[in-house]
Amino acid sequence: MSSTASAVGRVREISGWGGQSVRASEIRAEDLESATRGAVIVRGLGRSYGDSSLPPPGRREAVATPLADRILSFDEGTGEMVAEAGLALSAVYRVLLPRGWFVPVTPGTWHVTLGGMVAADVHGKNHHRDGCIGEHVTRLRMRLADGRIVECGPDEEPDLFRATLGGMGLTGHILEVGIRMARVPSPWIVAEHLPIPSIHDFLRELDTSAEAWPFTVGWIDCLSRGSAMGRGVLFRGRWARPGEAPATFPMPYRRPSVPFRFPEWAMSPPAMRAFNESYYRFHTLRPGRRIEHPQTFFYPLDAVGGWNRIYGHRGVAQYQCVLPRSRGADAVVRLLEHLTERGGTSFLCVIKDCGPEGTGLLSFPMPGVSIALDLPMRDDTQQVVDALNELVIEEKGRIYLAKDALTRPEHFRAMEPRLEEFLRIRRRYDPNSAIRSAQSVRLMGDPA
Amino acid sequence: MNVVLIGATRGMGRALARLLAARGDTLFLLGRNEADLERSARDLEVRGADGTVHVARCDLEDPRTFGPALERAFDSLGTVHTVVVTAGMFAPQEALESDRELTARLLHVDFTATVLFCEEVRERLLANGGGTLCVFSSVAGDRGRRPVALYGAAKAGLSAYLEALDHRYRREGLRVVCVKPGFVRTGMTADLDPPPFASEPAAVAARVLRAIDAGTPLVYAPGLWRVVMWGVRMLPRAVMRRARF
Repeated sequence: MSSTASAVGRVREISGWGGQSVRASEIRAEDLESATRGAVIVRGLGRSYGDSSLPPPGRREAVATPLADRILSFDEGTGEMVAEAGLALSAVYRVLLPRGWFVPVTPGTWHVTLGGMVAADVHGKNHHRDGCIGEHVTRLRMRLADGRIVECGPDEEPDLFRATLGGMGLTGHILEVGIRMARVPSPWIVAEHLPIPSIHDFLRELDTSAEAWPFTVGWIDCLSRGSAMGRGVLFRGRWARPGEAPATFPMPYRRPSVPFRFPEWAMSPPAMRAFNESYYRFHTLRPGRRIEHPQTFFYPLDAVGGWNRIYGHRGVAQYQCVLPRSRGADAVVRLLEHLTERGGTSFLCVIKDCGPEGTGLLSFPMPGVSIALDLPMRDDTQQVVDALNELVIEEKGRIYLAKDALTRPEHFRAMEPRLEEFLRIRRRYDPNSAIRSAQSVRLMGDPA
Repeated sequence: MNVVLIGATRGMGRALARLLAARGDTLFLLGRNEADLERSARDLEVRGADGTVHVARCDLEDPRTFGPALERAFDSLGTVHTVVVTAGMFAPQEALESDRELTARLLHVDFTATVLFCEEVRERLLANGGGTLCVFSSVAGDRGRRPVALYGAAKAGLSAYLEALDHRYRREGLRVVCVKPGFVRTGMTADLDPPPFASEPAAVAARVLRAIDAGTPLVYAPGLWRVVMWGVRMLPRAVMRRARF
């Protein structure tokens, strides 16, 4: 009924998904309205890789939303759902997919909360067609830094709304989210896996697939050089029509978790090269069309719990950037060459073409090609990221804040001409940066 | 199944109510805060509860609210098959030792008031020819232990009452299910360090639902605690005096 335990949370370690931790406690709250009063930063399920969900160095607590997970309304006519910010995407899957509805945009994991999806303005395999999640958000209920609770949406406090989509939780604490869900013809996916021999073919194939396929994404082998550079597998899919799909519901499944943090040699370059080689060969052997479980199609990594532990005690630095379309395929080649020259190796490299920029003021995607890399944290990882960032600035691209742990503030400013406007709006609602994160201290000059 | 729940807006009660909703049961929620009850009611409706989920104000601290609230619930549902009590109060031993008022409140809520609530339910269920009363006690009541001297005492009393109630009325159709959860990660325990085998509300709820359906009189959740607490009950006093748990 009530907890009267002392308000001081225990000091533990909290970390982003990349695994670099800070000493701080997570305050798990069912009642977000009271827990967010005076809170410095709010986090969801902690799936952003870097430090965006971590409190600034001088503070020792972050409010966590996953216990605030009630669905407040769902309109079967319009598809609009309103829910508390901590509702996980995995719960949306269980509750709405059997009834023929799903989120219009999903990231590559379902262990995210609605609040986190809005804060990062997540994109998915259908970005070329449906944009970011922000394009489907109907309203937000937020607690501002001055303690007020306000509603915002496309037509209400539009500046606050724009700045909050992709604003990494820095404009206010998201309490409730309204999203227009998408109708799906069946809960299954029709998918095709196509082996692609080179990066140029890859970009062409992404382009031609975009017409007919709402979901496209590619895995590329960024360790091979020469003519095989950027060979990979293109995955494309769509929701199956009722006649094509099995009559059963694709029940969520779970495979064993990674039980402990692997030693560092597990992710050595030869091991990664071997994995990339066999992954490519595996898909060359079995190309073609199939009916796929949506969990396999959208969330392949979620099947293994705690998969980030394979990167060992130092964790992983994800790096994701988008390079503008106008720079052409060569920009992507330059980035991959840059990476391999610097000895950067990536176990996983994901490529996706992005559609137009959306409403979110700091949202990541722009028309062009997005590349996501897993860089095991090593002594030289900072230098690798610096070098990649310099290239991204040259190509007029940008990075994804939800992944970032290592970008320098001067680099961030150089690639974000939109930052000034974001900060101007944020100052209007929070002049003293009372709401801030480790990331905003690092990148935006907030007080520690 | 028609179910009345008190404490279903949060924690394990919320998780259990969602499982009941997902299989299409009819629910009626009792609790202190009507606005909060309404939010939970909408959540349960979207998750599959049959028809509208109605609510009534009922404060476990205030036994005067029990009769009227239960009356509304029984009227609304027609036949009540099951009543679930997950509401309760927790405070750490240190906080209780320095605050007599808090201690009195906790002992009142977790023992006296909960028993009085169960008595109201007993009368009504027996008048209807029987039903299931499922109440959340705790492993903390199984043995006098240093960190839960006061909370554990209230739960020990509650567990003893529930066992006796089951012995006394099972033949007349009242099935009592006493649930003893171990450490569960809910808002109630958010400020505590989770010990080994801490579990999630959803896992506890699944086990409790099976116990309600089967009429199991005593259920540890997760099941591992049955073995752990058997071991703890067997420990000699001399060992318990030194034990930190």
